Amino acid sequence: MSKYLLNKFLYTIDRDPELVERYREDPAGTVAWWEQEMANEILNCAVAEKSTWLAFTDDERKALREQDHVALFGLGAHPFLTLTLFIAMFERDHDPLEYQKAYGRVLQQHYTLPYPDIAT
Amino acid sequence: MATVAAVIASTHHPFYYRASTATGADRPPFADEWVAKIEAFRETLTKARPDILVMVGSDHFHQLWLDNMPQFLVGKAPYFDANWYNEEREFGLPRMRLTGDEQLAGHILRNGLDAGFDLAFSNELRIDHSITCPIITLRPDADLPIVPIYTNIFAPPLPRPGRFVELGRTIRQLVESWPIDKRVAIIGTGHLSLELGGPRQFGAHGPDPEFDRKAVDWIASGDLDGCLAEVTLDSLHLPGNATHGFMDFMLMMGVAGAGAKADHVDSLDLFHTMEAYFTWYPNGVPA
Repeated sequence: MSKYLLNKFLYTIDRDPELVERYREDPAGTVAWWEQEMANEILNCAVAEKSTWLAFTDDERKALREQDHVALFGLGAHPFLTLTLFIAMFERDHDPLEYQKAYGRVLQQHYTLPYPDIAT
Repeated sequence: MATVAAVIASTHHPFYYRASTATGADRPPFADEWVAKIEAFRETLTKARPDILVMVGSDHFHQLWLDNMPQFLVGKAPYFDANWYNEEREFGLPRMRLTGDEQLAGHILRNGLDAGFDLAFSNELRIDHSITCPIITLRPDADLPIVPIYTNIFAPPLPRPGRFVELGRTIRQLVESWPIDKRVAIIGTGHLSLELGGPRQFGAHGPDPEFDRKAVDWIASGDLDGCLAEVTLDSLHLPGNATHGFMDFMLMMGVAGAGAKADHVDSLDLFHTMEAYFTWYPNGVPA
């Protein structure tokens, strides 16, 4: 489990308008590129000072490739990060609040309290 | 010595700016009532005649990140740029720039450290809607210097509720011990019950109206004992997965003081979450 890395993906995509569009249009390609090039960048350090050990598990990579917010919730990704990014990518295709409500309804079919732990 | 001119606790609803400025068909049906409540709330700050605002909020994964996460952080800088691309995108919030009061920030840092809080600091902090929402609602001219204080209500492990209350008490003491003759308002924002990114999000009301009713009573009456007896890090999962933001309200109860009844109490039941507004005047209601 690498909840930290899942969150790092969601966080770094969400804060960059170009990456939001790239992930919306090409999920698998964006995840592969990001894991190869970005996963080990320490955000406040020079690029050369990379980490050497960060990688997704198969389940995490699959959830990100499939943009599966239910699976991400189950894996303990931070719900605020997932929600914010997914609203940015998909709200535009729906009437106001329709996407947010549907997002919650599908989670209701899979989860009750206690929710998966989000501690990293 | 500095005077605490007002203590203010509020929710920080990021959609207020858009709702209150929308016109015609875009204006939601609840906007006029919401604006009226906010304007009455704003007057409680205006009549306190503050010189400086200490602003308690919480970064929502904008600048503070999991590779280096402080629990409590004081911004000490001459200016604070504010609001982020994803807040502009989702909430329509404007970019802002606020001035900082480095002298008061330095006093809070030095004496907070000496009082047992290992406060982190930032000399270049871009603040987010947890602080700009109350600027927009309470001081839309954004004409006063601020000292931002961020708390971690977002990325576990979190400090426990009692620690937030203690920090609130300490902030009050630190402001009152500042040897400068200024009127300081201490303003903090948090949440009542709230769910973000979970099964109970975006309902017709907040996810737990019973919690919200109790929370408003605790805050309005200054019932810190009752609140601390029921609220734990574990219990806060029950009313909604983002309800740990209620700990910023508990911090503000610590600022106001145990048993301190609020001089202004208001709330508004909206879809998704309940709004709540409180003002205390520690030195008497201004004329």
